[in-house]
Amino acid sequence: MTRSLGVTLGVARRSAGKLARNPGPALPPLLIPLFMFAAVSGALSRVSGTKGFTYYNYTAFAFVFVLYMAAMFVGVFTGIEIAGDYATGIGARLMLAAPRRLAIIGGYLLTSFVRAAFSLAVVWAVALVTGMPVRGGPIDIAGLIALALMLNVATTLYGAGVALRLQSVGGGVLIFIPVFMVMFLTPAFVPRHLLTGWLNTATSLNPLTPAMESGRGFMADAPFHVVLAFAANAGLVLLFLVWTITGMHKAERGPGGGRSRRPRRSKR
Amino acid sequence: MSTSVAVPRVSSSVAGQVRTIARRSIARTLRQPAVIIPNMLFPLFMLAVLSKAGNQATKIPGFPTKSYITFVLGATLVQGATSAATLAGGLLAEDIEGGFMNRMLLTPASKSVLIIAQLAGVLIVGFLQSIIFLLVGLAFGVTVKAGVGGALVLLAIALLLVLLFGSIGLFTAAAAGSLAQVQALTGLFIALMFLSSMLMPRNLIKHEWFKTIATYNPFSYLVEATRSLLVTGWDGQALALGIGIATGGVILALFGAVIVLQRTLERT
Repeated sequence: MTRSLGVTLGVARRSAGKLARNPGPALPPLLIPLFMFAAVSGALSRVSGTKGFTYYNYTAFAFVFVLYMAAMFVGVFTGIEIAGDYATGIGARLMLAAPRRLAIIGGYLLTSFVRAAFSLAVVWAVALVTGMPVRGGPIDIAGLIALALMLNVATTLYGAGVALRLQSVGGGVLIFIPVFMVMFLTPAFVPRHLLTGWLNTATSLNPLTPAMESGRGFMADAPFHVVLAFAANAGLVLLFLVWTITGMHKAERGPGGGRSRRPRRSKR
Repeated sequence: MSTSVAVPRVSSSVAGQVRTIARRSIARTLRQPAVIIPNMLFPLFMLAVLSKAGNQATKIPGFPTKSYITFVLGATLVQGATSAATLAGGLLAEDIEGGFMNRMLLTPASKSVLIIAQLAGVLIVGFLQSIIFLLVGLAFGVTVKAGVGGALVLLAIALLLVLLFGSIGLFTAAAAGSLAQVQALTGLFIALMFLSSMLMPRNLIKHEWFKTIATYNPFSYLVEATRSLLVTGWDGQALALGIGIATGGVILALFGAVIVLQRTLERT
């Protein structure tokens, strides 16, 4: 147990050290949500004056989407980092040193969590400095941040599962694009009741939608579907934990999947 | 993706050189379905989501159309064209990293031809992609206010945009000589797209700071040129600005690429 903790802390320290030496890769998951915040709140704020839009402020409405994006993109980029480490053979060397291989993922998860907390702090600071009104109290805000951090854990585990299966930097596309698509299939720009057709159906089925709506409820001091949101996020974390564990089993079996490479005898 | 290591037989005439390099560019570009298909599907996904999510914006007084899909299709064409940068630039960066360009300099081929003929592949892919985007739009209710002639001009502008972004990709590859730098363009272009008048006409943007950003952002004029044919008909000013910026950009980027290529090859 102590040795596994040592592995987790060692991987986390290595990952943090890499970022300290070369902070470049840390910028995109922080800058993309900030750009998106400027773009959505800047371009679409007039939507708040249209019929049917009842939320108290459009910037606050867009902020929840951007906050989740910041948390999830850190998970995405951590997944890409894991893919890079396994593609270059560092992952295999880490696996030789670790008695419990999931401790390695624990290290990446720890770094991702701390980075996500930092990203959330930056996004919050930018939003508050630019005058975003917040109606929710400290407990509401804590709830919103907890939902965002749970999404960070779920996304990191999803990315880790993909990275362990593919062990190639090219797998980054399969981490980034589905997360990006799932994010946009939520009520990202307008409330769900204003969406029509297939998008309304897609957002209703999307497990991220309860967190989006509950987060906006927290911001407005009008809690909404809180239990459902936390349950959905916990479900995502559990689902992707299983996805990562099975991915690690595949990685442990190696490129051949543990199957015998002996050619079968042909029947005569 | 494997790079071709054999140096093709290069004619001493410029036409022959263009033919040889262009044929190679087309073959290499079409051999990348893993890059082409996501680049085509992602703008279509954004078109599908934004056309539904943005419908509320059409209720804003003064919004130029009742169909948000018609409004946003112009931006989709620009977004699709941006992928030419990573396609063309990526192939040139591979040629530089793999030493192919250095070997080509030993042949009679001129540097200008080596650069410009690299665009042949993305022009074909970009043209087909633009036709697909337009047909998908028409199937989902987009109307072209400028008529059939306008649709043809729209495709011609889309091709010019492919040329523009392909040239920017080539310049980046020639200047940096690395694939990673070329891939970084994707994030930059997404940010510039969202910070333009892509989601809302500039005259309806509520926040002055965002209106200023969108006004100074050249992407706004590229989007407005394509959009004008769909939404307002023949708008000489929008077309002149968009075509002028795109043409100027192509000339600058190609001229710059030819100049910096020699320096990069000496460095690498």
